[in-house]
Amino acid sequence: MNDLVSVVDWSRAQFALTAMYHWLFVPLTIGLALIVAVMESIYVRTGEQRWKGITKFWMTLFGINFAIGVATGIILEFEFGTNWSNYSWFVGDIFGAPLAIEGIFAFFMEATFVAVMFFGWNKFSRRAHLVCTWMVALGVSLSALWILVANAWMQNPVGMQFDPSQMRNVMDDFCAVAFNAVSMNKFFHAVASGWCLAGTFVVGVSCWLLWRRSNVDAARSSLKVGAWVGLVGIVLTIWTGDGSAVAVAKVQPMKLAAMEGLYDGKVGQELVGFGILNNDKKPGDDQQAIYAEIAIPYGLSILANHDMNSFVPGINNLVYGYELTADGDTVRTESYAEKIERGRQAREALAAYDVASAAGDTAAMTSASTAIAENFPYFGYGYLDRPEDAVPPVAITFYAFRIMVMIGGYLLLLFLLYIFVGGWRTAWLERPWLHWVGIISIPLVWICSQAGWVVAEVGRQPWVIQDLMPTNAAISDVTSVSVQITFWVFAVLFTCLLAAEISIMLRFLGRASKTDITA
Amino acid sequence: MQEITLYQNYWWLLIAVLGAALVFMLFVQGGQSMLMCTRNATFRQMMVNSIGRKWELTFTTLVVFGGAFFASFPLFYSTSFGGAYWLWMLILLSFVLQAVSYEYRRKRGNLYGTATYDGFLMFNGVVGCVLLGVAVGMMFFGGSFEVVKTNLLNPGAPVISQWAPSRGLEAIICWKSLLLGVAVFFLARMQAAIYFLNNISGGDDFNAFARRQALWNGLVFVVLFVAWLVVLFTATGKRVIDGMVMDEPFLYLHNYLNMWGWGLALLGGVLAVLWGLYTAAFKGCRHSIWFTGAGTVLVVVSLFAVAGYDSTCYLPSITHPQSSLTLANSSSSLYTLKTMSVVSLFLPVVILYIIYVWRKMNAGGITPVDVAPEKHQY
Repeated sequence: MNDLVSVVDWSRAQFALTAMYHWLFVPLTIGLALIVAVMESIYVRTGEQRWKGITKFWMTLFGINFAIGVATGIILEFEFGTNWSNYSWFVGDIFGAPLAIEGIFAFFMEATFVAVMFFGWNKFSRRAHLVCTWMVALGVSLSALWILVANAWMQNPVGMQFDPSQMRNVMDDFCAVAFNAVSMNKFFHAVASGWCLAGTFVVGVSCWLLWRRSNVDAARSSLKVGAWVGLVGIVLTIWTGDGSAVAVAKVQPMKLAAMEGLYDGKVGQELVGFGILNNDKKPGDDQQAIYAEIAIPYGLSILANHDMNSFVPGINNLVYGYELTADGDTVRTESYAEKIERGRQAREALAAYDVASAAGDTAAMTSASTAIAENFPYFGYGYLDRPEDAVPPVAITFYAFRIMVMIGGYLLLLFLLYIFVGGWRTAWLERPWLHWVGIISIPLVWICSQAGWVVAEVGRQPWVIQDLMPTNAAISDVTSVSVQITFWVFAVLFTCLLAAEISIMLRFLGRASKTDITA
Repeated sequence: MQEITLYQNYWWLLIAVLGAALVFMLFVQGGQSMLMCTRNATFRQMMVNSIGRKWELTFTTLVVFGGAFFASFPLFYSTSFGGAYWLWMLILLSFVLQAVSYEYRRKRGNLYGTATYDGFLMFNGVVGCVLLGVAVGMMFFGGSFEVVKTNLLNPGAPVISQWAPSRGLEAIICWKSLLLGVAVFFLARMQAAIYFLNNISGGDDFNAFARRQALWNGLVFVVLFVAWLVVLFTATGKRVIDGMVMDEPFLYLHNYLNMWGWGLALLGGVLAVLWGLYTAAFKGCRHSIWFTGAGTVLVVVSLFAVAGYDSTCYLPSITHPQSSLTLANSSSSLYTLKTMSVVSLFLPVVILYIIYVWRKMNAGGITPVDVAPEKHQY
């Protein structure tokens, strides 16, 4: 049992490591692909050679980043098999499909056209090359679509039913899997955040060139494109973030409660703008949850339900159940203790089904099937020892959410500033403070991006599949030592490759600052 | 034939085609392993830039192969990947190293020097080929695993697919699988040399070098592959008969004889590879890659066919025979297979645009001018 816990923890750590490294590179790929396509479109439309030079400059940075994004991605796909083999069987019938579609439609598109982007300048006409560049931009977004559909399905398992004879879930509605509210919000939120990240990167690098007084004309032009793409990105990110919050409130209320550090919910719930969590606070005790709280009245009710008088449940409400009379209606949710009991009943019924099936006892199979169907929505709770095990790490989720929102707000102002300056106050572009604001924003946007995924993934713990399978039931038959070894191998390798990427980029930028990139 | 059996067979064919395409595309890895075979810097640079423009297609084919397996036969994904942990992790590690090496090897500031990245390419070239061959070999010679779905009901030990403690290392040292792996490695090197003849306009000296490489690597491959075929045809495999997994001597030979169409495919494929090798090595033909490529695809598809069709266990369990995987007991549901089949109808479109783009890109071949320092290059 101890080894089981250790394997689960190390497998989680390994997946978190590879996912976080992957997401360092992918949003830049998504966003830069779009920005490069926009720049090349300007070149094709205007015929100005300087835009070709600018396009190639950013394309080179795209290429340096693209390779490592691909490298870190392959691990993720295969880790579902190597480290989460039970998961792969339990829901492979549903989860595998988006991954296969991703490969067929998106990866081949990327792989084919990215080579044309770099090596096809003299082999294709201008317009044909431009089409290929846009195909790369489309390909990277399509890649994101299907993996995000898969991720969203884990958080909102729909379009399937449980088949007791095979002891797994089977898909019965592909459209529900692919195009539900959670998946669409997640897709646009992630892709738009990529545009925002790349926009910040382009603005930051352009500011650096301006600060060095190098390639000033190209830097100003790039800055404008980066700021506009970034603005569109951040506006879409905020909009879809709102949609995501509504979706989370519906399908993962515990995650929302953790994001807010909310233990006891109420009608007209306020939103915590700032606060310091009490780390000693546990579900069910009477300690204060948040110190130095600055709250926005009705904020969370509006955010979660678009209704200022709505009720938002907290961690205690969810763990221990609650009843509520509002407008004459009585709402009651089951406590986690009750859900655990029903999860165990589902498991026992499944065992009974298996015995009946082996004996060919049709009546017993029917009876067991009915019991399974009644209790299956809580199947995963049967693996938990106690109700509190279903509470995610509150502090990480709470602070990561605030970091994401605060930096997101800052980025909105940043892009507005640079669009204003680039369009109406161009003289300001010579001011060093403006350059440094852009440069300093580069690491901030990555922190924001990572924080977003921390909220999404830490906040849904302990579930691999919401309510149906916790992490400790999803793993492979590997030893803890094996996973520890591969964890450290990948940790060292990815860190070394990240260092190489940054070094190559810095060297490239250093050389570019001494030459005319538009030549 | 039941409807689900039809779709299982269809998806196994698609897996076979993807697997065959992957084995063919391993010429990229074969080329990587040949970079150290010449001291001529221009040759090396042309070779890197020739295969470097294809590395992502090989990489993508591997990813799609994995994705398609996951979607259509999830129990294989769950059992093989989770069980043969070290085998797959080593394969993945080698491909991670490959992915960055082309882009970084000649870039200033790459921290570790060109030789390190070329070493990574060599590692992927050798380990990637050999271990992918071993993984395919496991489909014939089996693994030490057990599948118990009721384990899902035990919260203390819920994993349904249990593998031997060596977790894939035993497959790497299984000489029969290793023999196939080494054969695949030399096949990849032979294909790479023949591809260079097609894709690089490097002059007489380079052509002589490529022909020499094609010949020697081709000869070693032929010897190893024939030896492996003898092992395969005399092997005892596992087949499901009346719901029970049974041992069957000469199973794969029987399958080739019973499903004679696949036998013809094997024969045709072998002849095409030999013809391609002959024309490349002795005639210096630029188009031999089409023969060896088509031959490779035919041979590999036929191997997958006899591994999985006609109730053959495509992942036999040595220790618990009744846990062996077949198309019937490891596939996705009918609904998923049908849905994915609709998606697969777009594959010809994908293949067509890949062919169109690469015909344009390859026009004229790589020349020393293309690898001049001022050009974008690997």
